Formats: sequence, C-alpha cells, structure tokens
Amino acid sequence: MGTYSIPDSEFSIHSIDVNEMIILLRTMMRIRQFEETIADLVTDHKIITPCHLYTGQEAVSTGVCYALNKDDYLFGNHRSHGHYIAKGGDLKAAMAEIFGKATGCARGRGGSMHLCSPEVGIMGTSSIVAGSMAIAVGTALAESIRGTGRITAVFHGDGVPEEGIWHEAANLAGLKHLPIIFVCENNLYCTHMSIDKRRAYDNIPEMASAHGFSSKIIDGNNVLDVFYAARDAADKCRNGKGPIFLECRTYRWRGHVGPNYDVDLGLRNQDELNAWIARCPIKHYSKFLITQGILSETKVNSMLSAITDEINEAVNYAINSPYPNPEELKNCVFKEGKG
Amino acid sequence: MSIKSYAKAINEAHEQLLREDKRVFVIGQGVESPWCVGTTTLGLVDKFGTERVIDTPISEAGVTGAAIGAAMAGMRPIVFHPRMDFMYLAMDQIINHCAHWYYMFGGQVNVPVTIRGIINRGNEQATQHSQSPFAMYAHVPGIKVVCPSSPYDAKGLLVAAVRDDNPVLYCDDRWLYMLEEEVPDGVFEVPLGKGRLCCKGDDVTVVAISYLVREAEKAAEELKRSGISVEVIDPRTLKPLDIDIILKSVYKTGRLVVADPDWPCCSFSEHVANMVYKELFSILKAPVQCVNFPDTPIPASTPLEKAFFPDYKDIVKAIIDIVK
Repeated sequence: MGTYSIPDSEFSIHSIDVNEMIILLRTMMRIRQFEETIADLVTDHKIITPCHLYTGQEAVSTGVCYALNKDDYLFGNHRSHGHYIAKGGDLKAAMAEIFGKATGCARGRGGSMHLCSPEVGIMGTSSIVAGSMAIAVGTALAESIRGTGRITAVFHGDGVPEEGIWHEAANLAGLKHLPIIFVCENNLYCTHMSIDKRRAYDNIPEMASAHGFSSKIIDGNNVLDVFYAARDAADKCRNGKGPIFLECRTYRWRGHVGPNYDVDLGLRNQDELNAWIARCPIKHYSKFLITQGILSETKVNSMLSAITDEINEAVNYAINSPYPNPEELKNCVFKEGKG
Repeated sequence: MSIKSYAKAINEAHEQLLREDKRVFVIGQGVESPWCVGTTTLGLVDKFGTERVIDTPISEAGVTGAAIGAAMAGMRPIVFHPRMDFMYLAMDQIINHCAHWYYMFGGQVNVPVTIRGIINRGNEQATQHSQSPFAMYAHVPGIKVVCPSSPYDAKGLLVAAVRDDNPVLYCDDRWLYMLEEEVPDGVFEVPLGKGRLCCKGDDVTVVAISYLVREAEKAAEELKRSGISVEVIDPRTLKPLDIDIILKSVYKTGRLVVADPDWPCCSFSEHVANMVYKELFSILKAPVQCVNFPDTPIPASTPLEKAFFPDYKDIVKAIIDIVK
C-alpha cells in the first residue's frame, strides 16, 4: 500500500472532559470484545450467519457516533456491528440476531449484516455495499424539509465510491446542502482487493469535494481526532453547512468475512498486518489515558472485565433465546393498516 | 363530480395529497420541465414550492433511494420515473431495499413510498422507451403494484397508494392521459387489492389491465353484435391481487382471456391463468388465452409497432378462439 499515506497522529485534548474520554475507550473496548467473542463463536461453528468483523476500526464508529445525538440517523453496511454498538444499539439484541434468534434486533430476519435499532436512529443496515448511500440522503432530505436539525451519518467502505450510486447520492446531498456526513472507512481493502489495484488515484475526498462536500482525511485509528472531526461536522450540518465527508484511514485486522486474517490466502502480507496491529487504536488510546493520569492500568483492566461479563451475558441471552417460529415465516411482508 | 382527464385526475390527486398531508412530497425528473410529466405535475411547484415538489438530476437510483430513506423517516414521498424503462437503473433500491426492508428488520421499519412508473410508448420510440414490465415488480415480495386504467381509478388509486404504509408501484399509462370521465372533486380512495367489474357477461371473462381494459371493453361491445356476451374485469391492483372477483366470474363463464400488455414469459397473465387452473380446472370449457406483447424487444417503425402492441382485435380473436 505504498502509494497510500497513513496519517499517524498524536492524541491531543480539545474541549473534551475526562468522563467523555473514558466513554470513548469503553465503547471501543465493547466493540472489540464483542467482535473477538464472535470470532471465537464462528470458529467453534456456534454462529452460522456470515460475520464481517470490524476489529481494528473501532475508533471510527466510536468517534463519529459519540458526536451524534440519539435521534440522529445512522446507516451502515455489512460490517456494522461496531456502528450499531457505538450508536447505542442494544448489545444483547445484536448478539441474539447473530445467533438467528427471535429476540434479535431484526427478529432473526436479518442476521449479522442487517442490524436495526430505530429507537437510536439505526433504521437498518444494508449489505449491498453502496445500498444505503441514497437512503441516507433521503433521511437527511426528510429532516431538511421538516427543519428538525436531525442529521444523518452514513458509514461506507473505500470500495463504495467505485459504485455509481455513491456519486448520485453525493451529488444530491451537495446540491441540496443536506445535513449528512459521509464517513468513509478506508481500510485499504474491498473484499479481497487492495485499494491500489482498484483506483487510479488516491482521491476519494477530492471526489466528495467535487460533489459539494467539505472533505477531510483523518487518522481513523485516533479516536479523539475522529471525534473532533465528527463533532465539527455535526455542528456544520446542524447549521446548514452540510454535507461533510470524512475519510478515516484505518485497517481491518481480520479478512473480508469471518475470523481469519486473509494472510493465509495470499491477499496481504504478515508485515502489513503486524504494522497495523502495532497501531491498535485501543491499546494506544488506553496508554495515552494512563500516561495522562486519567486512568490507571487497574481501572482499564476492571473496565475490560466488566465488558467481558456483559458480552458473556449477551451470549448466554442469545443462546437461551428461542428461535423464530416457522409459523411466522410469512409475517411482515406488508404492514397492515394505514399510518 | 366533474369530467376530468386521466392526466388531470393524477394532477388533482397530487395537489390534494400535498395539501392534506405535510408528510407528502413529490420528487422526480421533469417536475418543472415545460411538459410537467404529461401535465401531471402542472402547477404543483407554484402551489407548494420547490421544497416539496422537487425536480431532480437524472439519477434514477439516487433519487429513488432518497425517497425510500425519506419514507423511512416518516414522510410520504411520491417519486416518479418518466418512463418505466429508466426505472431499471433503480432496481437495487426498489427490490433489495424498499421492498425487503420491512421484512428484513422484522416489521420495525416500514417504507411508505409511492413509486410512479410511467408507461410511455408509441410514436416509434423503440424498445428502450416503450416498456411496461409489470411482472418484474409483481414478482417481488414486499411491494404492491397498481395499474389504473381510468381517470377515476387514476385518482383514487394514487390517494390509496400514498396513504398505504407499504411501498406501492403505481404504473400510469400515457396512452390513457386524454381519456375522460366523471371523477369526484374531493379526495377519495380506490382501495388497493380490489378489482372492478367493467361490464357484465356470461360467455367469457376477460381480465385486462392498463390500456387493454379499454380495448377489452371495445371487444365486448363488438362481440355483443355476434351474440357473444363478454364480462370484463380490471383487477386494478396486480399485487395484492383480487383473485376472488376473477374466480367468481370464471366460475360463471367457464372461459378466460387475460389481456396483459407485457411480455408473455413469467407474466402477470400466466400468474392469473395459473391461479384459475388451480381453482377451477374442472369447470373450464377451454384453455385460458393470453393476449400479450410478442416475446421480442419493441420495434420503432410504425408498421412493426402496430403489429407489436395488441388491441381490441387481438382480444376479439382470442375470445372467438375459445367460444366457437
């Protein structure tokens, strides 16, 4: 990935209090533990639904979602466990969904790739990678017509600007100055293909700018930088200065799908993976908080232990939940009645 | 009540829906063009402004997706495609997203969007400007499909589509835009999923949709002179289908012709035939006949075009084939 520069930033503190900084760490740790547990469960064949793990990218969803209000909209993709958790989706309901249970956040209809939590603005994630782009523009358009100040964030991978609808959606958002943030999680790979094999230029933010966005490249492994950029973006959107494009450069540790690393398949080399594991967004950030005297190592460990308990409880909840009743197979094709 | 054209009926439905419900907005390509989508959007921008009546770039997928998203956010958008042919560019948004969303998330997020797929053919426009592929959409679970064939239904079905909590594909037909009849001035609904008995008869049932409803009525008129009594039924909604009105009629006549202006393979007409065979096989006096497009792309040149699009003569022939 020689042609793609990676911003390697230092942590800095700007108008954020100690509690907020701890919440950011906790959210990243929750996502990481959730995903690592799922990786084990997939390996043990306890989970069938294809799981696209987010390990290594936690700072992006955590930083962005912390800048959003509860009723702001979020759209994601096939790799949305982290988006869902960061936005405040119920962890047990996500785990139950991944186990295909009736108590799942999509009632067992969606699986890992289709998570939903309308009460926190997650209207559903689409596994058609560019599928949510225009829909997200639509929630932004609706709120712009109503004048509510609610904004929309849509997460997408670096492969999505290679789809036509990304451009259609971006042009509409730019044309109508919509309150929307496109969060491009550039993890350098689209399924098996590295970005330098797919793009003529390293120019995704420039393309967004050409459609009328204010664009920025951020170190996607620096949760504070992501948060500051998203906070600024959210303010701008609420003040009629949208749309905003954030390219967060990061890396997914695991392969496109499942718990393996795609090194064995020859899709990338161990040195590259090791270099990114060394840039672990959680390890670095927790070290920073400890250095700053904000947290002690003991406190970090006790946070981790509480999170592990929470995840284990979610797994038990999922395992003990009933499967959907096959008699309900045909329910919910259409909604009855009128609104 | 007053006499209104089909186009005027659609226009009036838009206006009244925009007036009665703040959640309704109209979005699509050509709202403000000099032709105003065959006059169906005439005057709407003046009355409701560009915030609620939105002309768009030619981004079929993007604009359809935006309407879908707005519907998820609780709005009642009417998004239109000036031709159904162009709507193929939005298929992923319509099928993977719009139609499946409610089911895929266990009934938590519904998508009350109305998609107008306008049929515009004839005058040597050729195959990419002539299609009416109803069956492709009726095939998909989660989206309702309606095909108004009269000014009255054009208005009432549009009102019902917009008020419905589900995605509805509303296929209006430019060949019918000048058709006139009495239409109520106020807002009214034609319920989705309810067919209409167009004319009564005893010898054969013709189930017709879109512009072939008028052609079927013409065929019935003509055959009356030869002593053949034809019952014409317009299901109006292809999905959910009012199969009862069809079965009841065929039970009486024992013969069925389905007139469906779309290609024959895996078509709406085959679906109706299949439903009737399943329920009434033993009482049928003759095989079900389908009047469709030929299984070819659509030609431009006038003589070829004339040979391509079925009309009342094709329906008459199909009827005579099974009545004789």
